[in-house]
Amino acid sequence: MLRVKNLTVDHGAIRALHGVSISIEKGQLAAVIGANGAGKTTLLRTLSGLNKATDGSATWGDLNVLHSKPESLVRHGISHVSEGKSVIPELTVSENLDLGALWRRNRKESAQSKNEVVELFPRLGERLSQRADSLSGGERQMLAIGRSMMSKPQLLLLDEPSLGLAPLVVEQIFQSIRDLTNSLGLTVILVEQNAIGALKIADIGIVLNLGSIAATGSAAALRDDPAVRAAYLGF
Amino acid sequence: MFEFVNTLLIGITAGSIYSLMAIAIVLVWRSTRVVNFAAGGIALASTFVGSTILEITGSFWIALPVAMLAGAALSAFIEYFFLRPLLKRSGDKNQEIFLPIIATLGILGIMKAVLHFIYGEKIGVLSPPLSDKGFIVSGESIALSPLRLLILGIVLLLMIALTLIFQRTNIGLSLRAASFAPEISRLSGIRVDLVRTVGWAISGAAGATAGILQTVNGSGAVTPEAFEFSLLLVFGFVAAVIGGIESLVGAVVGGLTLGIILAIILMYLGSSLVFFAAFLILILVLLLRPNGIIGVKGGRRA
Repeated sequence: MLRVKNLTVDHGAIRALHGVSISIEKGQLAAVIGANGAGKTTLLRTLSGLNKATDGSATWGDLNVLHSKPESLVRHGISHVSEGKSVIPELTVSENLDLGALWRRNRKESAQSKNEVVELFPRLGERLSQRADSLSGGERQMLAIGRSMMSKPQLLLLDEPSLGLAPLVVEQIFQSIRDLTNSLGLTVILVEQNAIGALKIADIGIVLNLGSIAATGSAAALRDDPAVRAAYLGF
Repeated sequence: MFEFVNTLLIGITAGSIYSLMAIAIVLVWRSTRVVNFAAGGIALASTFVGSTILEITGSFWIALPVAMLAGAALSAFIEYFFLRPLLKRSGDKNQEIFLPIIATLGILGIMKAVLHFIYGEKIGVLSPPLSDKGFIVSGESIALSPLRLLILGIVLLLMIALTLIFQRTNIGLSLRAASFAPEISRLSGIRVDLVRTVGWAISGAAGATAGILQTVNGSGAVTPEAFEFSLLLVFGFVAAVIGGIESLVGAVVGGLTLGIILAIILMYLGSSLVFFAAFLILILVLLLRPNGIIGVKGGRRA
């Protein structure tokens, strides 16, 4: 399970996160919602080792998350799909996928994982030898999630997978995320602007406001909370 | 016609060596965004190592790989102990661009001074392993000699090896990924710091080969102040810029283009214009095609 206690993160003089505490059980899908600048991305970047924490602690099982580099956290099952369709456009679809499994140094297992990803996203399978910049937005997001799956993650950190995608595609991506969580027993933190969509598939919800937690609870309860609805869901 | 073909042959040979130097520069630029003037010093020092090994063993075929290893080690050493701490400590974007350039210039100066200290006025001799007398075609001697053929062969072999490494191996994929998108690479589990050092090492080996070949193609001797090496560094940079600084293929195209143009100028207009012409080409490319002659605007190529 993931335990975050009193996490504080500064960007220079700006305090991005202020004493954030979160608890997510194994197998749960947690949606983190909130306005722009609420600290959602900072939270993910700190949990994946890209940003340094000023104070507080974060543990994943026995692992101390805050003092590790991203490349070692991947080896402990924490995988972060960063904002904006995190694929490398100059590489082919196949190479993008391979990249996620290089550290495992096991060709056989990597090939097996690749088959699983292609099964999950058949459209990637049809485009393996194309450069990633020839893909549509939705396909790129599939590729980014696929690359992450190549690392055999247990904790998946997803930053705005719906960004810039058509509503129908968003629905598909969200459904895949929910399916993955169930079938592989993943723990997922889903950061989203699309609060309604995210709370629909999530088990629990966390509302961030100006770097602090404004509300937290089961996703269903948050969806029905009048204050949350007014401030973040817009209806 | 005969004269023109000879000029082309001379240009292609010289150009292939500039290509190697351009590759050395491009590899470092791509992996760490550093303009590496120390590449000239690495090539020079490795060539001295090569001449020493040749003196001891008498074999060019031992001297060349040892010099390549020395170049790789020296280049990796410079990255690890100088550039990495410098880049980690530099505060803002401007420092990140400016400081490494000055640092590599400083390292170049230090390396030359150290070589001067070690070798003094002694000249490193690198006699060519094969004859530089041209083959005879229908009674006339052409510019293609066994030595030139060897040089072209070595360069071609290295380029094939580099292509295979970059396109077919895991470390090649890591090198490309880390240069295009370091953050995504780290999130994918790539040890980007290590990969960067490997990039510098490959660059050092390419530079060492360029140094050795430049010497056997030229005077056959090397000194710490050798003019041939200043030329090699400058022409390597010009070739890299012609090729768009990002691309290995571009570096090869740039080197050959520069070699051929300079050979033609040397043959028909005289040696005094060669240096002028190289810089004129540099300025023209920068003004008219800043992304290189094969570059796509804003594009990055493998």
